[in-house]
Amino acid sequence: MALKGNLRDFSVTQLFNLINLAKKTGTLTIERSSEVARVNFREGKLAYAQLSSEDNSLPAILQRSKKISHNQYQVIQSRAANMTDKELGLLLINAGYITQADILNSLQQYLISVVRRLFTWVDGFFHFDASLPPPDDRIPIRIDLENLIIEGSRQIREWEQLQEEIPSLEMSLKFADRPDANMRKLNLSVEEWRVVKFINPKNTIKQIAEATKMNDLEIRRVVFSLLQAGVVELTRPTDMPVVGIINRITTPQEREAQVSLVNRLINRIRVA
Amino acid sequence: MQNVKIVVTGPFNAGKTEFIRSISEIEVVSTERKISTGEEMRLKETTTVAMDFGRISVDDDLVLYLFGTPGQKRFDFMWEILSEGMLGFIVLIDSTRPETYREARGILQTFKIYAPTPYVLAANKQDCEDAWSVEDIRLALRLDPKIKLLPCVATNKESVKNVLLELLYEILGEMEKSSE
Ligand SMILES: Nc1nc2c(ncn2[C@@H]2O[C@H](COP(=O)(O)OP(=O)(O)OP(=O)(O)O)[C@@H](O)[C@H]2O)c(=O)[nH]1
Ligand SMILES: [Mg+2]
Repeated sequence: MALKGNLRDFSVTQLFNLINLAKKTGTLTIERSSEVARVNFREGKLAYAQLSSEDNSLPAILQRSKKISHNQYQVIQSRAANMTDKELGLLLINAGYITQADILNSLQQYLISVVRRLFTWVDGFFHFDASLPPPDDRIPIRIDLENLIIEGSRQIREWEQLQEEIPSLEMSLKFADRPDANMRKLNLSVEEWRVVKFINPKNTIKQIAEATKMNDLEIRRVVFSLLQAGVVELTRPTDMPVVGIINRITTPQEREAQVSLVNRLINRIRVA
Repeated sequence: MQNVKIVVTGPFNAGKTEFIRSISEIEVVSTERKISTGEEMRLKETTTVAMDFGRISVDDDLVLYLFGTPGQKRFDFMWEILSEGMLGFIVLIDSTRPETYREARGILQTFKIYAPTPYVLAANKQDCEDAWSVEDIRLALRLDPKIKLLPCVATNKESVKNVLLELLYEILGEMEKSSE
């Protein structure tokens, strides 16, 4: 049976669990709006992972983990552009730039960071292709999935809780009117600042997520922490229709009519 | 003929259908389905998949409808309630399942925004041994003291009447406030 579907019905963690238990070899491809992830497995262990949006060459990974400087990165890029990761790795080790352990550690950290980001994907199409082996020009890595699966399950719980706290993204945000609140004194993260810039009852949370390129989980996390800090409040989007009899009362005559209506209801229910 | 409505909402299995059934003069037009998968199956066999509704006719030209929201964690039905004649809403809480309190708070937030009308909360299943007390639930939900949280047993008509009356008093109070 083909292993394919949508993450909404079968999460990344569940997929990893299945691959781990069945000791599968092959490539899991996940696609969502503008990004593609490829995760390779060998006998149920993580062998490689890459995101289409990111430079995942060995020099880039080493630079990100600060094992080589930006200058070294540029030199390697220009002189060794045609080398495979394996060849380049050997060259760097032999030249005494770096140890084998450094390379393996950096690669492991990188693969784990990709997987962590995949855990935040809550929708997207996936398929698993058992005939597509891990790329053989890459340095082989084997990472046990168990710990990652535990981490992923924790994240699912967080996701469920955030969905309960903020069930709909069709709402807007406004700044809490607290005269003592001074935004500058708050210790906001980079993501929080990015969201703060768009806070306005005209923008729904969904629109803010689109503008800041955050996914459903990321935007909920930020909104939740801003709500907890008391910086913002949920509010109605300005173009939402007005509902409720009470909100339509405009004249004293209307009020009187509605008050009498409610009194009729009260009398009726008392005798029910 | 005028139709008005009150919406009964709350988490899965809170007792929404039961609440409406206890007071409606018609058999609740129910949209129950058998639950076929998942953790929820252990709790009960059927769940409401679309709006439930019950009716109380007041006189020849006034009818009150009670709308019960579906128990699933989706809000597509919101657009259905955003229609004419909504008076207010009731959030039912399953006092015996604290793991649903967070969801109840999310539902309350959403309703306050989509349907900013008067509301009360009801701590349902107070007849059960493992029900949390109203005061503990108030703390768990971080409710403002001004918000009414009433004890409730949805299978008991008098208790349901009390919750509805408290909501109607709340509505009257709001109407009077808006005249000032
Ligand atoms: N003991 C007790 N049981 C109740 C009470 N209210 C509801 N129940 C029971 O709790 C279960 C759930 O009630 P429902 O009315 O189906 O709940 P619901 O909120 O409509 O559920 P969904 O539509 O699935 O979300 C049923 O077995 C009811 O008989 C109550 O006040 N006391
Ligand atoms: Mg129901």
